[in-house]
Order: sequence, then structure tokens, then C-alpha cells
Amino acid sequence: MRKNLIRLAFLAVALTLVVAACAPATTQAPTQPPAPAATQPPAPTQPPADTEAPPPAEPFVFGMLLVGPYNDNGWSQAHYEAGLYVEEKLGAKMIYLDKVNPADRAGTTPDQLAEELVAQGAKLVIFNSDDMKDASTTFAKNHPDVFVIMASGDQVWKDGKVYEEIPNLINIMGRMEYGKMIGGCAAALSTQTGKIGYLGPLINDETRRLAASAYLGAKHCWEQAGNDPAALEFKVTWIGFWFHIPGFTTDPVDVSKDFYSTGFDVVISGIDNPVNLSEAQKYTAEGTPSLGIAYDYVAACDAAPDVCLGVPYFNWGPDYVKAIKSAQDGTWQSQFIWSGPDWADINNHDTSMIGFVKGNALSDEASAALDNFIAELAGGLNLWTGPINLQDGTPYLADGEVATDQQVWYLPQLLEGMEGLSASE
Amino acid sequence: MIRDRLGNLLYQLAALLLSFGVVSLILISVDASPWEAFRNMFAGSFGSLRKFAEVLVAFVPLLLVTAGLLVTFSAGLWNIGVEGQVVLGAIATTWVYRFFLDSNLPPALIIALAILGGMIGGALWGSLAGLLKVFGGVNEIFGGLGLNFVATALTIYLIFGPWKRPGVASMSGTVPFPDEFSLPLVENLRISPWALGIALVGIVIVYFLLQGTYFGLRLKAVGKNFRAAYLLGIPTWQYSMYSFLICGALAGAAGAMQVAAVYHRLIPSISSGYGYLGLLVAMLINYQALWAVPVALFFAALNIGSIQLPILMKLDSSLSGVLQGVLVLFVLLASGMQQKFARRS
Repeated sequence: MRKNLIRLAFLAVALTLVVAACAPATTQAPTQPPAPAATQPPAPTQPPADTEAPPPAEPFVFGMLLVGPYNDNGWSQAHYEAGLYVEEKLGAKMIYLDKVNPADRAGTTPDQLAEELVAQGAKLVIFNSDDMKDASTTFAKNHPDVFVIMASGDQVWKDGKVYEEIPNLINIMGRMEYGKMIGGCAAALSTQTGKIGYLGPLINDETRRLAASAYLGAKHCWEQAGNDPAALEFKVTWIGFWFHIPGFTTDPVDVSKDFYSTGFDVVISGIDNPVNLSEAQKYTAEGTPSLGIAYDYVAACDAAPDVCLGVPYFNWGPDYVKAIKSAQDGTWQSQFIWSGPDWADINNHDTSMIGFVKGNALSDEASAALDNFIAELAGGLNLWTGPINLQDGTPYLADGEVATDQQVWYLPQLLEGMEGLSASE
Repeated sequence: MIRDRLGNLLYQLAALLLSFGVVSLILISVDASPWEAFRNMFAGSFGSLRKFAEVLVAFVPLLLVTAGLLVTFSAGLWNIGVEGQVVLGAIATTWVYRFFLDSNLPPALIIALAILGGMIGGALWGSLAGLLKVFGGVNEIFGGLGLNFVATALTIYLIFGPWKRPGVASMSGTVPFPDEFSLPLVENLRISPWALGIALVGIVIVYFLLQGTYFGLRLKAVGKNFRAAYLLGIPTWQYSMYSFLICGALAGAAGAMQVAAVYHRLIPSISSGYGYLGLLVAMLINYQALWAVPVALFFAALNIGSIQLPILMKLDSSLSGVLQGVLVLFVLLASGMQQKFARRS
């Protein structure tokens, strides 16, 4: 008797579940994509402002592969919102896949995932991470009819070290060197201890030159303020990837703690999300005044506004619009694009690739000094001017020598005066 | 007997329905349509030749791992260390490739040596878990788990250390091998018929080993009752070791396939979790080698099909993992209940 009851109950549960599973199918539409900003594109009603060709009947579909979560408050979110900007400006439609990295999507390759986006109608695919460089090359060669934008790479830079002719591929990167210099300057103007920490991702050309840029900015403003050059300490600690992957990388939270607990009162984030800010907030609350500089995404300071000195950020939108428009109207040209700030207004969302938003923690005095520094940069100040030595003392730029684009892009080591590894061991 | 089988099937079917039901509830709770989700997953795995080829790419290592686990399961061993054995297979394969990078040997020979190397690497790593179990008295579950961590650490060390790309250490792995080191792929697809063949040969060998040989019989005797087998004169600890070696070799072959046919280099998560997934498959099919092929294919299809969820519905792909896990739980539960009823009636 009892076993029959159990069996009956079991069946009843099963039946309920199955019925529940099937019932709403007819009424439910697929969930809407999350829309963090109020910028959802009413594509048909808003014709692009200045197109020569008549607007296409079907929206142009472009795909995007994001290395981190689309809402990471950093690198990937900056790309995602640039995608929304493209939707708005061109009436195009974005499909995307986030968390495209070896840990989150084990068993897949980025070129395979790009094909999934193409299968959903994408005519152009954006690969947003250096980590997908090989895969973007493979994909572009296997799909000559699909346009490819590889952000942060240099495969089609004619003057680069790894140039390859790939007609359907464009490289886009921002001259974040300027943003990092501004960030470094803000750090130097705000530190009480003279010790600045740099939370580095993995070690490569890009991360070396950006850490070095932050150092150059910090050194410049530190000395301009009349401090003893020898009293500035600048230390880089690398975690091993663009963000924390448990079991694979060092935890950036631990690295931030190490910095803040050993007298480094400003930590500059070089990784894809601003975890240093929340640690700064905790340490400040516990009585150790600690500050941070975020990275990548315009609103990254919102994570902890009161300890944030500011954020140098990428604004990919305008360059993506240009490239995607060229794919639409047939003027596409494979090229390497390395865009700087629009010095007329570095925070102009429609023109400037690189911007800097000041945080609440920046004092009025420091803010004024920082504005001066930005004006100097706009006026032509170039901190990549010799004499500069590499970390091991090798001369890098002679007195008065200005670094070429290649010298900056392929910086072989950190600079003299910086602590931290120049190459992975 | 036939009634037994029919009852068995009914229980399994109920378990399958229940697990889909649970996942449906999860979907409904986040305002997503279960029908839509399952439909997208199905279309994402069988909707086109290219998609089906991707399913086969995942199927190959999964089937090899499952084949290996059938052997250790038969010997009564929970070889959790299979994940690490896949990793070591991949590391050994990469090592052989690197060794012959500048040689003039025919590529086909190098590929064969690399795969063989992977099998040896996996077998040796498996034998470590075996030695710990047989001579150290360390339960293979704990020994295996520990060795898995060591295997991952070793991969990371190699990728960020001795085998790093010139000047750059990257999560995207070591420098890709030249094209001629790849197992031949079907044109325009990513699946290698050779890899598929090797996986199928693997499961067939295991099937006959377990069903048709004296070795298989003795292995099962050890698994069913270690002490009785010992008293009957079976060299029990040797049989335990053999099973670890065979499972390790098959897992190593899975790792070799990941390097030789899929990634063409060593990457941090080279095993892609196929070891753990294989454990689920092996539990689900309950020692029956015949079922390995359809169930592994089903699991591979779930893995590949779930990629559609974030693209089309903004849902997380890990839903497939939830379905796989829940399915195993319900099948175990169903078989437990079935035994309970069978005993009472």
C-alpha cells in the first residue's frame, strides 16, 4: 500500500513538472536582452544621420565575442556599449556572446563561436581580446566573406612585427598610453606615501607599455609637484590573465590587499575590472586611507566612487561605427587603426577613443593640476621622450629621442625605476 | 527478464522526464520558455552538418574517457583522477610534438608518436593514483582529486613558464603547432575522422575486453568482491593497477585528441572538463559499454547545443551542466528506488 502511494506521488510530481514545462511555451517569447542603458535602438524610425546609400531594408547584423561578462564594469562592457552605440547610429543589429575564454567556455574555440554568430546572421564579427588573436586570424582566413574586427591586435599593421595580409580584417586599438599617463599622474598627485601599485594582467607588449605609461605619467607629475624623484615607488604585480579565473590566476583581490596593507595607498588597475576599488573602500573604512584608479569602462568608478581617483577608458563606439559603415557601403579596407584622444574634448562620446573621468576622491587641488597635465599633453607634451632606460638599464631612448609607434607598441621591458617582472619567468 | 528490462527502461525514462522537468522549472523561474530553450539546444547541436560536426568534436574525448572509466568502474574503482589523466595525455602529446618540431620525420609518424606519447602519459599518471591506492592505502577518490590539481598546476606552469610564447605568457596557450601536425580534418569542418575512429575503436575494445575475455571476467570479480576474488586466486592488486593503466591510456588518448585534432597546442583548460563529464556518463550507463555511444553523444550535444542559449536567449550555457547533473541524480535515485521495490515485492 505504502509503496503504491509513493509511486503515485512520484508520478504526480513528474506529471506536474512536465505539464509545467510545456504549458507556457506557447505564450512566452524569448527573454529580452538586458538593456543597461536607455539606448535601445529603435532602428527603423531613426535613420542614420549621414549615409550616402539608402538605408538597407534588413538591419546589418554584426556579432561580438567578449572575453569577459558583458557587464563586467570594465573592458568587455566598454565593447558591449560600443555595440549598442553602433546599433543606435547605424540601425544595425548586434548579437554577442560573452565569457569567451578558456575557463568559461571549455571545449570550444573562439573561431568556432564566431561561426555560431555567423550562423545567426552576422556579417561582421568583432573579437575583443588579445587572447583571441590567433583564432581571429584563423576565422578571417576561413571566412573571407565575413568582415572581422580584431580589437587590440596588430596582425594587419604593415609596420608591425607580425604583419599578414588578411583583406577582411581590421585591427582597432586606442592609444590608452595617454589615458594611463593621466591615471598615473592622478595617482602621483594623490599618494601620501609615495608608493603606487599597479595591478597587472598577464605580461605582453600591450600590458608592458600601458604599465610603463602609467609610470611615466606618475613620475612626471610627481616631479612637477616638487617631490624627490627617488621617493617615488612604482610596483607592478601581474595576476596572469585579464581577470581572475580561480585555479588559474592569482586573485587580484589578494594582490590589492597586499598593496594596501604594505603602504601602497594608490593602486592602478590594469585588469579588465576594478576589483582594487572595493578593496580600497574596505581598507579606508578600517582606517587605512586607500585609493584606486579603475580602467577600461567610463562608469567603472561607480563600483566605489568615494575612493576612486578616476578612470581612463576606451570609447570604441566611433571607430566601430566607421569600420562597420565601411563594411556596409563597400569601402572596407584592411588596416591597423590606433586612435588617440580627441584633445578638443577627451570625453566627447562621438569623437574621442580615449577618455578620462575624474573620481570623487580626487581633491580640487589635484584636479586642477591634472587639468594642467591634460592641457600639456594636448599641447604636444610627449613623455615617451628620452633619456629613458629599460628596466635592466639598457638605453631605450637617447636624450631627446622620441619613441616611434613601433618602439612604444613593442616595448620589450618595463622601464628603469619600475619594480616588477618584465617578462614571465 | 524482459519485464525487468522494461521496468528498468520505464524508470530511466521517468528520470529523464523528471530532469527535463526540473530544468524547465528553473527556466520558468527566470521567465524563459523551456520549450524555446530545448528547441534552441536541439537546433544548436543537430541543426546543421557543421553543428553536428562540433558535437562529434566533443563526443570523441568524452567517449574515450567513458571507455576508460568503464574499466575502472568494473574493477570497483572511482577513478576521479581521470581528469588529470586527460591533462597529462595532452601534456605528453605536446611534449612529443615539441621534441620533433624541427625534425625531418614524416608528419604522420610524428602524429602517431605524439598520440602514443599521450596514451603513455595518461597511463603513467593513472598508475600514480593506482600506486597510491594499492601501496599507500590512499582512496583513489582523494588521490585522484589531488593529482588533478597537480596536473592543472603543471599545465599552467608549462604554459606560463618553459613552454611560453616568446616574450608573452598567455592563457591562450602555447604557440600553435604547424598545420601538418594536425590530424587530418574533414574539409571546412573541425572534426577529424581519424579522431572519431580512434574513439570508436576505444569503446569497441573495452566492450570486448569486458564482455568477452577472461581478463574482463576477473576484473569484474575484483570489482564485485575484492576479498572473494583474492581468495579465488585472482592477483587482485595487479588487476586494480591494470585497470588504472588502461583507463589512463584511454584518457591520455582523449588528451592527445584535444591537442592533435582540436586545439593544436596546449591550453590551460585542455581537458575541458571531459574527465568529470565522462564520470557522469559512466554512472548513467551503469557499466553497460553499449550505451556509452548514445549517452556520450547526448551529453556532447547538450554541451554544444547550450552555446545557443546565451546568443539567442541571454541564458547561461551552464544550464546544460545542470541538466546533465540532475539527470544523473534522478537516474541514480530511480535505480535506487527500483531496487527497493524489487526487494519488497
